[in-house]
Amino acid sequence: MFKHFINLQWKSFFRAASLKSNIAIKILMIFAALYMAVVFIGMGVGVYFLIEDQNMGDPFDVVNKFMIYYIAVDLVFRYMLQKMPVTNIKPLLYLPFKKAEIVNFSLGKTILSYFNWSHAFFFIPFSIVLLMKDYNPIGVIGWHLAIIALIYCNNFINVLANNKDSLFYAAIAILALLGASQYFDLFDITAFTGPFFNAMYNLPWLAILLIAVAVALYVVAFQHFKKNLYLDAGLATKQTIAKTEDLSWLNRFGNLGTFLKNDIKLIKRNKRSKMAVITSFVFIFYGFLFFTGAIEVYDGPIWRIFAGIFISGGFLFSFGQFVPSWDSSYYPLMMSQNIKYKEYLDSKWYLIVIATILSTIIASFYLFFGLDAYLAILVGAMYNIGVNSYMVLLGGAYTRTPIDLTSAKKAFGDKQSFNLKTIMLTLPKLILPLLIYALGHYLINPTAGYIFVALAGVIGFAFKGLVFKKIEQIYKKEKYKTLLAYKQTN
Amino acid sequence: MIVAQNLTKKYSSGTVLNIENLQIPKGQSFGLVGNNGAGKTTFFSLLLDLIQPTTGHIINNGVQVNTSEDWKPFTSAFIDETFLIGYLTAEEYFYFIGELRGQNKADVNALLSTFQDFFHGEILGQKKYLRDLSKGNQKKAGIVASFIGNPEVVILDEPFANLDPTTQIRLKGIIKDLAANNNVTVLVSSHDLIHVTEVCERIVVLNKGEIVKDIQTSAETLKELEVFFAG
Repeated sequence: MFKHFINLQWKSFFRAASLKSNIAIKILMIFAALYMAVVFIGMGVGVYFLIEDQNMGDPFDVVNKFMIYYIAVDLVFRYMLQKMPVTNIKPLLYLPFKKAEIVNFSLGKTILSYFNWSHAFFFIPFSIVLLMKDYNPIGVIGWHLAIIALIYCNNFINVLANNKDSLFYAAIAILALLGASQYFDLFDITAFTGPFFNAMYNLPWLAILLIAVAVALYVVAFQHFKKNLYLDAGLATKQTIAKTEDLSWLNRFGNLGTFLKNDIKLIKRNKRSKMAVITSFVFIFYGFLFFTGAIEVYDGPIWRIFAGIFISGGFLFSFGQFVPSWDSSYYPLMMSQNIKYKEYLDSKWYLIVIATILSTIIASFYLFFGLDAYLAILVGAMYNIGVNSYMVLLGGAYTRTPIDLTSAKKAFGDKQSFNLKTIMLTLPKLILPLLIYALGHYLINPTAGYIFVALAGVIGFAFKGLVFKKIEQIYKKEKYKTLLAYKQTN
Repeated sequence: MIVAQNLTKKYSSGTVLNIENLQIPKGQSFGLVGNNGAGKTTFFSLLLDLIQPTTGHIINNGVQVNTSEDWKPFTSAFIDETFLIGYLTAEEYFYFIGELRGQNKADVNALLSTFQDFFHGEILGQKKYLRDLSKGNQKKAGIVASFIGNPEVVILDEPFANLDPTTQIRLKGIIKDLAANNNVTVLVSSHDLIHVTEVCERIVVLNKGEIVKDIQTSAETLKELEVFFAG
């Protein structure tokens, strides 16, 4: 029976539409994966010596101290990205399989998930370094096994907690609160958890306990799934109670208002778009890496513009990047209705501009880091509105990745969203403003750099009509390809 | 009203549609039947400019559909669930379509009130988004949305599939009315020969992309079609 499952799995993987995307993308993906692996291995090897250099105390202690955050962040990422094993179960239900087998296979599949074994890239090199540094081998192995057990605990917790959004947001809030209170020396959770992770080294047999916990969680998940293996229980698609919204105050904008109303509902009522908004909010805090000097390579003046672009442009990148894919599930409707592309695109453009302005206002707390820092954000916002807003819309004409609005997963992992044209289009979005700034900064002075970038934004803004006409033409030309691509959901 | 000339659609696997000449006069209720792969949906997609013809063109009320978009204001369609916006309630969807077609809320409400019977209390006032409605109810919403804004051409792909018997009977009445009283050209495709002969004045049979029969509906039509498809 297991043979059948494996066979089905194999086919579903190799016959997926996304795998048929062209070779160039595949190679790129492999490079990306290799790069991630190398970064993780590098971290695993290097972190010990890095901490040693910084004189923060015993490196192993320091790692153990922060391990709680590692585990917590892992859980958050899993919740957002890891796909649940329930898909494709429905057609198996009425076939002569035992339910226990179906559940075992589905759960077993998650054990092999990338989210589990990718940690090995970090922990194996790190453990080897520990052994070479004459840590007690039995202790290190015990610790290592315990961490593996914890990661698998996360795996099954995630399976159990899937789709419980309130739980997720609460967990995020607690995590942020703990992080903040640690940063401001109010309360240090690591004082309690650090010793726990140290204990796993000192008392290697603890690993057995943790493995037992992981196994217990597997059993709980197994029972939970088996009990809910019915179409109207665990396999039911969640329904939300619909609220009709009026939003008629937007009517004053005419046809544009019609689209704005729809776009606002789109964002509010779908998981995937909500995730985009959350991501854009997180982007606002990205600047801490730059302006606090936390990362040395980011200290160069040019990187401030880079930060400015990202802080004000979170929504632009997380939402704008995927126009018109947000409407992919009903694109044929849009294309056969009496719709002017200009109005349709205008609505998306206004959303991006409004979000950019909002982000810039929220980001005013960067004034703490000096006027210069906030100036970089303002200038970045101007460039985003004047130039990048068109760039993302233009890129959208070529993106052609159908979006499943109801699933928050795959937000980052869409293979089709990597194609050569979209990559080419990210260059002017990120690199060009840096070059423009560098030109002013090194030829004249920093102020001139800011003025140059801002000017580019203003000029772009002034030519909106013209640019939109061009973009419209491209959308029209790409229409049939886009329609075809959206048909291939999955 | 609608003229298709030398219309072909070819994919690498072969020709899927080849219509030399097809004319559909205004106000006709036109039925398209054929087995799977006969080219019904391909024809409708070409009519809505959702795919490009390999050769030839379709002229809808004097507008060539693959070069101008001026056919959009007087043409509407419901092909499949990609014509629904899943995250809207039925009302919001109707109003959205209404606004796109220059109808205000009152206009749309007036139209909807004539479809109370058809909805059977399962569409309006539900605390559900369209994506959470059953297939049949989704279809009802999509079909009615295609009547919003006084279109002159209405295209319905397989409108009877998934509907319950009561609704099928009501839909037949609606389509007949539309063509008879409002001078609307209605294009319907169906696998159900009984329905289509009852509703349509004219029936065209497609087979492997070609027109093999073009019948003015009469009492013998059903028999003729059954003989054809049995063979």
